[in-house]
Amino acid sequence: MKKKDRSRLPMLAQTGPVSVWMVLFVTLPLLFIIYISFMSRGEFGGVVYEFSTESYRTILDPMYFTVVAKSFRVALTTTLLCLLFGYPLAYYIAKKPPEKASRLIMLLMIPFWTNGMMRLNAWMLFFQMNGPVNYVLTHLHIVEKPVMFLYTDWLVNIGLFTNMLPFAVLPMYSSIEKLQKSLLEASYDLGADRKKTFFRVTLPLTFPGIFSAIILTFIPALGTYTVTDMLGGGKVLYIGNIIKNQFGAIRNWPLGAALSVLLLVITALLIFLYSRFAGIEDLEVV
Amino acid sequence: MEKTGRRKKKGRALSVLADLYAIAMYTLFYIPVAVMIAFSFNDAKRNFSWEGFTTRWYGKLFSFSNTTLWDALVYSLVIAVLATLISTVVGVLGGIGLRKFEFRAKKFINMMIYVPIIVPEIVLAVAMLIIFITIGIRMGMGTILIGHCTFCIPYAVVTIKGRISGDNETLEEASMDLGANRVQTFFRVTIPSIMPGIMSAAFLSFTLSIDDVVMSNMLAGASQSTLPVLILSLNRTGLSGDVNALTTVMIAAMVAGLLLHRLIRRAAAAGRKRAEDGESAKG
Amino acid sequence: MCGVDALSEAIVSLKNVEKWFGDNHVVRNMNLDIAEGEFLTLLGPSGCGKTTTLRMIAGFEDATEGTILVEGERVEDKEPFQRDVNTVFQNYSLFPHMTVYDNVAYGPSIRKTPKAEIRERVKEMLDMVQMSGYEKRKPDELSGGQKQRVAIARALINRPRVLLLDEPLGALDLKLRKQMQIELKRLQKKLGITFVYVTHDQEEAMTMSDRIAVMKDGVIEQIGRPAEIYRRPKTRFVADFIGESNIFEGVVEHVGDRTGADGSASGGARLLGIRLGAGRVSACGEGFSAGDRVYVSVRPESLCVSREKAEGFDLPASVTDTVYMGTLTKILLRTADGQEVKYSRFEQEEDLRESMGVYLCWQPEKAVVIPAEAERGESR
Repeated sequence: MKKKDRSRLPMLAQTGPVSVWMVLFVTLPLLFIIYISFMSRGEFGGVVYEFSTESYRTILDPMYFTVVAKSFRVALTTTLLCLLFGYPLAYYIAKKPPEKASRLIMLLMIPFWTNGMMRLNAWMLFFQMNGPVNYVLTHLHIVEKPVMFLYTDWLVNIGLFTNMLPFAVLPMYSSIEKLQKSLLEASYDLGADRKKTFFRVTLPLTFPGIFSAIILTFIPALGTYTVTDMLGGGKVLYIGNIIKNQFGAIRNWPLGAALSVLLLVITALLIFLYSRFAGIEDLEVV
Repeated sequence: MEKTGRRKKKGRALSVLADLYAIAMYTLFYIPVAVMIAFSFNDAKRNFSWEGFTTRWYGKLFSFSNTTLWDALVYSLVIAVLATLISTVVGVLGGIGLRKFEFRAKKFINMMIYVPIIVPEIVLAVAMLIIFITIGIRMGMGTILIGHCTFCIPYAVVTIKGRISGDNETLEEASMDLGANRVQTFFRVTIPSIMPGIMSAAFLSFTLSIDDVVMSNMLAGASQSTLPVLILSLNRTGLSGDVNALTTVMIAAMVAGLLLHRLIRRAAAAGRKRAEDGESAKG
Repeated sequence: MCGVDALSEAIVSLKNVEKWFGDNHVVRNMNLDIAEGEFLTLLGPSGCGKTTTLRMIAGFEDATEGTILVEGERVEDKEPFQRDVNTVFQNYSLFPHMTVYDNVAYGPSIRKTPKAEIRERVKEMLDMVQMSGYEKRKPDELSGGQKQRVAIARALINRPRVLLLDEPLGALDLKLRKQMQIELKRLQKKLGITFVYVTHDQEEAMTMSDRIAVMKDGVIEQIGRPAEIYRRPKTRFVADFIGESNIFEGVVEHVGDRTGADGSASGGARLLGIRLGAGRVSACGEGFSAGDRVYVSVRPESLCVSREKAEGFDLPASVTDTVYMGTLTKILLRTADGQEVKYSRFEQEEDLRESMGVYLCWQPEKAVVIPAEAERGESR
């Protein structure tokens, strides 16, 4: 059929470039990094193409494992904080009239147009020895000497939390916004008070948004290296920093690859859990 | 009566509390921006403490003496513009195509599109780095550009897919029914009808690219640094005020652009309204 | 299927057309000739394949098998934009980014018509649909009815020989729909263009069409003039779908003499005695013999109710509800077998009270006898 062939052309023209790009620069590199993670480390860095599970065993080495565990702990804390502080904010915005809500969302995103590194730098300036926070604390005699906030896990947590919060708010906002008012009214009508309604109607129905928020905060927090690099001053090491270092001065590619595969597996696991009750396309990423 | 009064009072107290909470959260978001802008007026060589008000950093910035900073900015802008162009074209085509056509690998491609969005960027950056080194590709602007496009394209695709509905398909049918071939239909109906989506895809790509550190850092090799990478490396020694000045100018430009966009849109809407009113008066 | 039917009188004809969507057989062996200048309606419930048929003529779907001819030419290899037919879509499908003027001008501007001519033709079209003065509006600033007018103007500006309309009035409210029905019919007469109209609204089909093709499950059950379809439904489905009908299931008991009483002096019609469960009725039918399983379809307004048995009838029933509807009174009855029967009449001649026992009858030639096995179209 001539017509059929002709209609294949637009399909190729439209889906061809994106498909080729994704296979070349996503699928192949990921397959390759999995392959490399099972190779051996070269004596002077680089890779020796011999099968080995050494890199995976190295991850279990206490020196690395404590870092992995700490990364998990921090990512988990960040995620919990984002849910705890983000849900009420999302709820607050969703209950506003649409015009106002979209302005509030806009207001939420504007800080993110500033340079991310400068934003992190600003947190350092804010918390530095002679910075505003220490100024207030010492002048109110809450502390006698300025507190050293910089290069601590604590500041890294602040940085992660403020960086991730909007990405937790957005998906939760859109799932709360979609929630029909009549459902809540029905619940009140049937005798449930605000608290019961929230836990038995609102929360379950907005769960997909909450899970999106978990994915969109936990995974980036787990893999970060810029936040730790800026606010941790190189003294605070997380998985991301260790991976990066394996491709810099230390040059242990298979170990870096194995840690990357670890992050991949965790991501895949979370997505698998998510896909049990919602489509990946529902993940509100934009 | 009394009961409703109490109920009202309680509701008002709650809503004040909610407002306060929202203000606190928004303050948290704007602290870094405020600090960043404030320290661009700080009269100190390094921003370790507040030494008084000055505008000299802006003078220094616009004397273009700090070529490192300006080179990095120009490099970042060039990459961002190219990445936006490539990602928007590939992403818009892909978003339309993946929505419309059915083919065997579609599910796989759809999955691959979500990988750069969800998987930590460092993983993809490292994966690309080792494959590039292994096959002997020289690191530089080209590799950075590939890295940026790899995460910008998926965002563009997802944005476009969200904007296309079944309506677009019937619009295309209507166009062909009226005698336009596929190419004419694509440029005269498909593209214009999703223009707002295309604009937001482009905007998103630009902001993602210009702010990117991970890909820019890992895939740069020995070449020029982008602005965010430069800031990351200067951070250890303390940033001087002209960097704050530059980023302040950048956010001012962004906000001005946004306001201008809104103003134009409002003016256009008002113009249309006026035309209508005139018409109905005439009719 | 290789004959060249260039001299066929039909402007559109479908020959043995089949359409499958995967395992779903949506159009079954369809043969349909549409005459030049006629208003033909494809009528049927949703999912009966009427829209698919229309989309195959327009070129949005390819027939799985069979041939479609437009003006005597085979169109399988023609793209929608190469076919000389235009469509008015269900949801209007006006281009949202273009003004009313640009929407209507779209067809000629694609064909690179000179600007001045386009201007003239757009003006003519908008005048015709009474939309002049709205040129600069965008579609989202129009009401549903206005959008529909623009969509019609946009489709007609290309001067198609055939206009396809896919439930064009479906989204309008009842009053506007009635008004547009009349306008559309008037427009079609004035322009002399062939209209192929898809709807699920039998009243709409009755009002507007020259011919109606009633479809069910991808098959044309019956095609004919509205009055013909209403008076002489060929299948139980048609009898049920078009207007209101009482349909009784029964067996032919004896075949009587020729009647010739049904006006058309058809030689073949005979008076049939039919047993319905416990009851017995008479009706006129052609080509039946004793023992045939049949449906007898009687319109509510053709029914008679009396206190005594009529000749050839024994169908007791009792009144269950009476509903006054202005000029018309609708009465619901239940037969001894438990079947509900609808009866309507203009005046309340005799007081029918609820639970009153009566006998049902009708003039034998007003009932339609349908063979039970013909329930699924005969075309297969």
